[in-house]
Amino acid sequence: MGRWLLRRTAQAIATLVLTIVLLFFLSHVLPGDPLSRLGEGRPLTAAETETLRARYGLDRPLRSQLGSFLAGLARGDLGTSIEYGRPVSALIAERLPATLLLGGTVLLLNFTVGLWLGVRQAVRRGSAEDRWLTTLSLVGYATPSFWLGLVLAWLVGVEWRLLPAAGMRDPLVDGGILAGTADVLRHLVLPALTLSVVSIAGTMRYQRDAMLDTLRLPYIVTARAKGLSPARVTWRHAWRNALFPVLTLFGLWLPVLVTGSVFVESVFAWPGLGSLAAAAVGNRDYPLLMGASVLVAVIVVLANLLTDLAYATLDPRVRLT
Amino acid sequence: MTSLLQVQDLVKYYASSGLFRGGDPPVRAVDGVSFEVMRGETLALVGESGCGKSSVGRTVIRLQEPTSGRVVFEDNDVFALDRKSLRRLRRRMQIIFQDPYSSLNPRMTVGAAIAEGIEIHRLAVGAEIGRRVGALLEEVGLDPGYARRYPHEFSGGQRQRIGIARALAVEPSFIVCDEPVSALDVSVQAQVLNLLADLQRDRGLAYLFIAHDLAVVRQIARRVAVMYLGRIVESGPTEPLLSNPRHPYTVALRSAVPEPDPGRKHARIVLSGDLPSPSKPPPGCPFHTRCWHPARDERCRIEVPLLRPVEETFAACHYAELTPAAEALAEA
Repeated sequence: MGRWLLRRTAQAIATLVLTIVLLFFLSHVLPGDPLSRLGEGRPLTAAETETLRARYGLDRPLRSQLGSFLAGLARGDLGTSIEYGRPVSALIAERLPATLLLGGTVLLLNFTVGLWLGVRQAVRRGSAEDRWLTTLSLVGYATPSFWLGLVLAWLVGVEWRLLPAAGMRDPLVDGGILAGTADVLRHLVLPALTLSVVSIAGTMRYQRDAMLDTLRLPYIVTARAKGLSPARVTWRHAWRNALFPVLTLFGLWLPVLVTGSVFVESVFAWPGLGSLAAAAVGNRDYPLLMGASVLVAVIVVLANLLTDLAYATLDPRVRLT
Repeated sequence: MTSLLQVQDLVKYYASSGLFRGGDPPVRAVDGVSFEVMRGETLALVGESGCGKSSVGRTVIRLQEPTSGRVVFEDNDVFALDRKSLRRLRRRMQIIFQDPYSSLNPRMTVGAAIAEGIEIHRLAVGAEIGRRVGALLEEVGLDPGYARRYPHEFSGGQRQRIGIARALAVEPSFIVCDEPVSALDVSVQAQVLNLLADLQRDRGLAYLFIAHDLAVVRQIARRVAVMYLGRIVESGPTEPLLSNPRHPYTVALRSAVPEPDPGRKHARIVLSGDLPSPSKPPPGCPFHTRCWHPARDERCRIEVPLLRPVEETFAACHYAELTPAAEALAEA
């Protein structure tokens, strides 16, 4: 186990370095540069451009820029955003809580509601409920989340005025922690719902299939033959084994949920990382773009590592060597 | 010997389902089967794949709901029991499966799998449970220390022993053995069969032994019932049924068993064609599409033969008295 962790960590670091180098070149291949929008309405003079290019190190060859980026990264320094003129790490740290709140909520809903519905469907396979849920999950999976977000924002937020359609806090609400928390939760409902529909629909399908495969196995029949209650057979015998295929799905979902959905964050003006990264791409804000990319890369690698560890913990047949 | 299990006119149809098959006739897996199992005896149920023998096994202990019929087990009308009484009765009737790999939960230790039944039926409490698990493992020829291990650490034969220990844990009087040795090497087969025989002697167990291999059946069963297309076509004591079969299907099955004596004449009857679809069984005798009986005629296509006593067995063939012996065929 110790040796496995050591080897996997070395692999993870190598993967990260390669990914970062690739991302660095890719982001600089994008046409345009960060200075094109800095003129505040008037074109920059040649001298101004020169000065600015030198200040941000854009006049140096790409290789040397990569070198200093990597050197900074090794010290934990992600550089300074060109657009905001502030450290990238500070910008990310500001946006991270909102993203974690939204992503965590969606993940939690997914893990509870999605798995539960999938198991229910499998146990009641062929019933009217199963067919309805199948239809619903297919519709949910096929619905584009930005469209669903717009519809929900318009219907629930604008037409019915039930819930706030944008932002994370109402500036007019102040006072105690309780009122503040309630305000954030109210803002959270629509974006979380929008993102959950797709992810829950996917999880349901996976869980239903995995569960059906398991329910067919003889050890489930012998469990029933022992005289166990249906709930015990379903959860203790079948579900525990039907969890593995879905676990892989979570390894894949985790990065998406942590970085947030660019579309959904834009629709609901959710102050998370997704909208920050999207803006960075538009502005060719290289340091910020790279900062966000590094974060995503780290999360992807970590999620994979976690999935493997979860497998090893839950499945006695898997040994990490 | 007293009767333990009586099965009367058991029928199990599977409705065909699916978008394009909703209107198809149902699959007649079991089509009116009756038999009886005595306390402490073994009845073998024999037939080729798809003949419905496994469906019989699962339906008599109500792991599947029957379409119709009646099963009486230890004076309980099995199909009339409510869920709660059924779960209580479960411990008296157990099942062992063919595939020793998928019949054990990979995430439960061997000890936990065996102990679960004991706990559910409150057959023991506290430290006594662990002692019973150890004793059961010993009884099936395994080290009691194996209780802490997981199924993937064992061989096929060992897993089958674990499956047997799990079934025994709840103190059944009857075990459905669904091809319990078909997936094992021949040498391991013999060991597991001997174990089953020993357990039967020590505990007075009755088995419904489902098999497709007559050589195995000869070793373990006192009586045999041969199934074809959801029906019993011949039944009787093992020895006369195997040495002097009266149904042409039994003769064909019998001829497929390898003969240890090379000097003995032996004809191999190879049935032509496939098993007819159980959703559209042929009219008349279900076997008439593949029958090789020299006396077969128009009557076989029209009239369903009933199971009737012929010499030492019961056979469902209009011309059972005229069925030639396999040896006679070899000489011809």
